[in-house]
Amino acid sequence: MQTSGRQATAAPTAAPLAIELRGISKAFGPVQANKDISIEVAKGSIHGIIGENGAGKSTLMSILYGFYKADAGEIYISGNLTPIPDSQSAIRAGIGMVFQHFKLVQNFTVLENVILGAEGGAMLRGAMAKARETLTNLAREYELDIDPDAVVEDLSVGHQQRLEILKALYRQADILILDEPTGVLTPAEADQLFRILNGLKDQGKTVILITHKLREIMEITDTVSVMRRGQMTATIKTADTSPEELAELMVGRKVLLSVDKRPATPGDMVLEVENLRVRDEAGVERLKGVSLTIRAGEILGIAGVAGNGQSELLEVLGGIARGTGTVRLNGQEIALTAAADGQTRRARGIAHVPEDRQHLGLIMDFTAWENVAFGYHHAPEYQKSALFMDNDAIRADAASKMERYDVRPPIPTLAAKNFSGGNQQKIVVAREMDRNPNLLLVGQPTRGVDIGAIEFIHKQIIALRDAGKAVLLVSVELDEIMSLSDRIAVMFDGEIMGERDPATTDERELGLLMAGVVK
Amino acid sequence: MTAMPKWADAVLVPLISLLIAFVISGLVILAIGEDPIAAMKLMITGALGSTYGWGYTLYYSTNFIFTGLAVSVAFQAGLFNIGSEGQASLGGLGVALACLFVPWPHWSLALIGAATMAALFGAAWAAIPAYLQAKRGSHVVITTIMFNYIAAALMIYVLVTLLRPTGSMDTASARFDPALKLPRLGDILGLVGIPFNNRNPANISLLIALASCVGVWLLMGRTRLGYQLRAFGKSEKASVYAGINPVRITMYAMLISGGLSGMMAINTVMGEANRLLLNSVEGAGFIGIAVALMGRSHPVGVLLAAILFGFLYQGGAELALWTTIPRELIIVIQALVILFTGAMDNMVRKPVESLFLLLRKGKA
Repeated sequence: MQTSGRQATAAPTAAPLAIELRGISKAFGPVQANKDISIEVAKGSIHGIIGENGAGKSTLMSILYGFYKADAGEIYISGNLTPIPDSQSAIRAGIGMVFQHFKLVQNFTVLENVILGAEGGAMLRGAMAKARETLTNLAREYELDIDPDAVVEDLSVGHQQRLEILKALYRQADILILDEPTGVLTPAEADQLFRILNGLKDQGKTVILITHKLREIMEITDTVSVMRRGQMTATIKTADTSPEELAELMVGRKVLLSVDKRPATPGDMVLEVENLRVRDEAGVERLKGVSLTIRAGEILGIAGVAGNGQSELLEVLGGIARGTGTVRLNGQEIALTAAADGQTRRARGIAHVPEDRQHLGLIMDFTAWENVAFGYHHAPEYQKSALFMDNDAIRADAASKMERYDVRPPIPTLAAKNFSGGNQQKIVVAREMDRNPNLLLVGQPTRGVDIGAIEFIHKQIIALRDAGKAVLLVSVELDEIMSLSDRIAVMFDGEIMGERDPATTDERELGLLMAGVVK
Repeated sequence: MTAMPKWADAVLVPLISLLIAFVISGLVILAIGEDPIAAMKLMITGALGSTYGWGYTLYYSTNFIFTGLAVSVAFQAGLFNIGSEGQASLGGLGVALACLFVPWPHWSLALIGAATMAALFGAAWAAIPAYLQAKRGSHVVITTIMFNYIAAALMIYVLVTLLRPTGSMDTASARFDPALKLPRLGDILGLVGIPFNNRNPANISLLIALASCVGVWLLMGRTRLGYQLRAFGKSEKASVYAGINPVRITMYAMLISGGLSGMMAINTVMGEANRLLLNSVEGAGFIGIAVALMGRSHPVGVLLAAILFGFLYQGGAELALWTTIPRELIIVIQALVILFTGAMDNMVRKPVESLFLLLRKGKA
């Protein structure tokens, strides 16, 4: 049953177990999301669960937290068989969960959020006083400083996450599950989180950390379990393994973790952006005078914590949003006043792999071939006459692109939603890159994409650069920015904080820029 | 990942829904002391038992095909056009103006002219809500409903003060030139040697309706405009990314939809009444919503659903004529059909899906 790697029980621990799962299976229709999973989590440890998207990590944790009912298998908490039919039972069993997307009421105070669902009576006064005291104690005990009267929407993302942890602790959680907790944090905030988690561990709490970042696993966990295609392929002591081995266990084959590229040979100026400003629908300025340039044969990476204007930058350059300022492509100015101007942009040779492939880049209900024409539905080779499209030509082109870009399965008539995240992204990448654009805008190219596909997409981006094209890369993954970019610009609060050379900078310096600390 | 084969989704689920609706209708008929089996027999013989019955069924179906297609096209673009009723009555005005004031040399030319006017008037009536939605964000559901009432009031004004022949007490326009009478279905089928009753209102408009089905099918599946309409209907955000102009697409979708609604009037106004009557649409605009829902917004589905509702209309009329079952009960039956095939679709779909999964597991 074990497909590769070590036996799931290879790391027997002498310590008492906080959680033991035995033979958990769960199917959604024909898809087997979890298959006979057994795992032991020692009390007072930090246990990592790593796996590609769709490997079944989230399903497993949802079963543990009572969102799904397992088809088979047993859950033991502290050695006792504990059925968990709903999340209330999970909380009673001492399990707390911090979701990737916080479940906070934005216009409530910290205190109000903490007692929400645990008011303990119709009147709030008593509960509030008790909560305030408990919160102060917890904050002291775990160094989780937070102002109980602050309104959540005024808190930084890092503090909101802290509040989520406090909420779990307030409900007397002994076992804390965190789902991709660092996705929204700056490196400094992530370090802080890890300090807190270590503190929790020292106090005897058990932490389960779900992530796809190998670096975090290596940095903080005691034990790591690797999942692949619904199965647990290995459970190893973190000290005994390496990122390379974990990557191989995740994907099932050897993976090149570093990007192989030659130095850039920048050519003519392709993109010149001067004093670009964008306001959102509420009138808030999201880009506050951004200026940047990209030459042919060069990748400019934009680093930054999500939500600091990177999306707006891509959208205004891609013709989705309006803006003011000057943008020149190959010396010729581009009008920024018309919204939905994607057609003009494409005609000028600007391709755009958007950040959100599911809502922007693809129509999920459309077939793969219909998606291959998406945005290029005016292309002459796709037309039969003035009125009719040449569906056969599009299908043939889709088949060829899917073949060349290794989309699996290579079936043009399959709906986009039926492909995995990585293969969906490959469809977008094939569509946008195969036309040999002058400028490629690419946002979060590997978000939710499995390691095998990451490798492929990175290669494609480098190849496009080597072919003498300009690339604007936006990513919240600092590793990705550092390994792909020829120059790195850091965005904070709608401004470029500075530009660095990836060869001479480091994560600490970029992290400070991302936090808006130095300029 | 699809749990069941396409045929089950397209045919089996609606059929089961329909069966449930009929069974419950039967229970209701039983409850008022009538024999449901006899009632069903009467409906079937009345609507489908003779070419006379078929003629009426197809006449009603023609209306429903036009309005059903109209709702489908808008729906595929993500717009809920509830205004088919009003757009069809304006279409009627277009037909009446074309037939009353233009000296057509032949009915065929008049048909082309009237159909064009019908489509233009229907489209124009849809254009205002469309513009308000596209430019101002006023929800098209609300505005199209409101425009039904405005259309009704407008038609009263037009018929009473403008089109009513002097001296007439009837809120109707003058009769059209008899030479403009459209060929009946019986005449047309007679030409190819198929005997078909001629004392029913089914007319050449049915062929135009069928052609419209083909037209909509080509539009949605084969043209760039259809592609953009469907993309917009699935995701407005993604469409903007692809450079599809939301304002333009909203306008196109509603204009086509309104035009199809308006075309219905050639069947009722020109094909049957030969003059413009007050309330010439008779609720066909609303039935179109049910037809589009049941037909899954696909032209073939719309055609089949329109025939079903034509059958219910004609069969219902027969029931009211020959039994003591009150006319209102027909509306109950229609409502049940709409409820089960449209609104409560998932009630049948989910169990059927699980059944297919079970079968598949059994095989694996």
